[in-house]
Amino acid sequence: MAAIIQEIIQQLVNGISLGSIYALIALGYTMVYGIIKLINFAHGDIYMLGAFIGFFAINIFQMSFFPALIVAMIVAAFFGVVIERLAYRPLRHSTRIAALITAIGVSMLIQNVALLVWKPDPRSFPDVFPFKSYKIWGVYLDNRQLVILGVALFLMVVLHYIVRYTRMGRAMRAVALDDDAARLMGIDVDRVISFTFALGSALAAAAGVLVGIYYNRIDPMMGGMPGLKAFVAAVLGGIGVIPGAMIGGLVMGVAEVAVVALTTSTWKDAVAFGILIIILLLRPAGILGQHEREKV
Amino acid sequence: MKNAAVKYGAIIGALIALAGLVFINYGVYSYYIDFYLTGVLVIVCINIILAVSLNLINGFTGQFSLGHAGFMAVGAYISALLTIHTGWAFPVVLVLAGVASALIGLLIGLPTLRLRGDYLAIATLGFGEIVRVVILNLKITGGPRGLGGIAPKTTFFSAELAAILTIIIFVNLIRSSHGRAFVAIREDEIAAEAMGIDTTKYKVLAFSLGAAFAGIAGGLFAHHQMFIDPRSFTFQRSIEILVMVVFGGLGSISGSIVAAAALTILPEALRGIAQYRMIVYSALLIILMLVRPQGLFGTKELTDLLGFKAKDTAHKEKNQAVETTGGEG
Repeated sequence: MAAIIQEIIQQLVNGISLGSIYALIALGYTMVYGIIKLINFAHGDIYMLGAFIGFFAINIFQMSFFPALIVAMIVAAFFGVVIERLAYRPLRHSTRIAALITAIGVSMLIQNVALLVWKPDPRSFPDVFPFKSYKIWGVYLDNRQLVILGVALFLMVVLHYIVRYTRMGRAMRAVALDDDAARLMGIDVDRVISFTFALGSALAAAAGVLVGIYYNRIDPMMGGMPGLKAFVAAVLGGIGVIPGAMIGGLVMGVAEVAVVALTTSTWKDAVAFGILIIILLLRPAGILGQHEREKV
Repeated sequence: MKNAAVKYGAIIGALIALAGLVFINYGVYSYYIDFYLTGVLVIVCINIILAVSLNLINGFTGQFSLGHAGFMAVGAYISALLTIHTGWAFPVVLVLAGVASALIGLLIGLPTLRLRGDYLAIATLGFGEIVRVVILNLKITGGPRGLGGIAPKTTFFSAELAAILTIIIFVNLIRSSHGRAFVAIREDEIAAEAMGIDTTKYKVLAFSLGAAFAGIAGGLFAHHQMFIDPRSFTFQRSIEILVMVVFGGLGSISGSIVAAAALTILPEALRGIAQYRMIVYSALLIILMLVRPQGLFGTKELTDLLGFKAKDTAHKEKNQAVETTGGEG
């Protein structure tokens, strides 16, 4: 009995580490969707870019982990703003599907440029934290998991502070609620949208670097599946709701680890989408979302 | 006046299409077009079926599906397994593949079509991925190793015939009262319901019909490639089909045909610069969306464009004004 409980706790720990990475990516999806109602398909690729920038910062510029993380976040934020400016802003007033197709195009463009420049072979991420494992009450916890949990938690607290207590955060919430009214109140909506992309991209880049140290390998196509799963996490938590993305990410991580533990790992991708379809049918607004009534 | 112009355009359009068909068939059967190019033409036909059938769901009915590759996969595997294990005639196998995909479409459509817009898109995306993972894990499908040894029953003639039949069926469907019901749902679902259209029925109908033809296209694809594996039916494939539909214009069948042909041949033509071709492809896609978000033809057909005469411009402008105000959202 005790062994089973230990095993469950062990899987929970693993699931929460993975889930906090999904949560970081999901936050970017949910913030962008909350503000301009666009599924930013290129977000998973920003996460890939973040991982590569971190890789180069550590390998070529000999940075240690935390400066590399910050550099990756800043550069990715810049990319996010540029993408929004060039590809999404001109389409702000056209149909949703046109914007969505553009986002898919941007995603394909980033992936293929990365494939050309960085080659498709996976690279091994530098070993910044020599593996150390701790055993607490029979549950193994390694130092990388602790770094991931620590960084993810810290970033989420910072994000919460920005959104709740700063002027820009208040402007973000206002634009999400009603962009026309926000504009009439004198809020520079374009700047708020740029800021949102910067924030979301920085979080995705952080997730990319964390995945790098967790799995030790990165490649140009790594953004696809985690991107989709993080998006599912955002929908699961209630898209547009920031705490929802965090909860959704954690649930996804734990569910995935549980499925891998119980069945074979080839089923894990199906489970993410199975959860998605069930949640969409039972509670389309997500765990924390508010149901909106369709008006004529 | 307008009717005469449209009829005129339809005749010109039909003549151009006929001339093109005769030209291509002459090329294929007199071996001016080599084996490789004929293979590309078969893929063009398959992609035309996929694009036209997805256009019914996304373009005419306004329901955003991202799972077309899933239906294609169902058709491809069912037909391949039937051919391998029963040896039934190819048309029978194709029809059964279509029926199976339609049933799956019905099964998926009934619950998910309650969802709207982006949510439906994500649900169908999830469905497509689930189909892929199920195929990956089943024994009978060969799992990740794929399914080989499928008899090469797809000829240029059968692909061409299937594409032409698909186009004729969809054009007639769109022009019928059912077709107007689809368009009414796209324009305003609530208003359509108020006018007495059974919106659920029509949405599910569009979904299963689109799925059926995607299944047939999948069957043709399987018997053309002679080998299928789950990697042929990823999310990327759904996106490729969607791009064809949007590129040609949501709600334009001739747009889908032109786009399917162009976007199949373009990557082949870019093969010389193979390492850049996906970059060029995605950059073109972004630029097209920025410059012409409604796609090449918008909701117009080639025949409309050919049929317009100088006297008709006033009418056309009025129509466009209505379209732009009604097309938001």
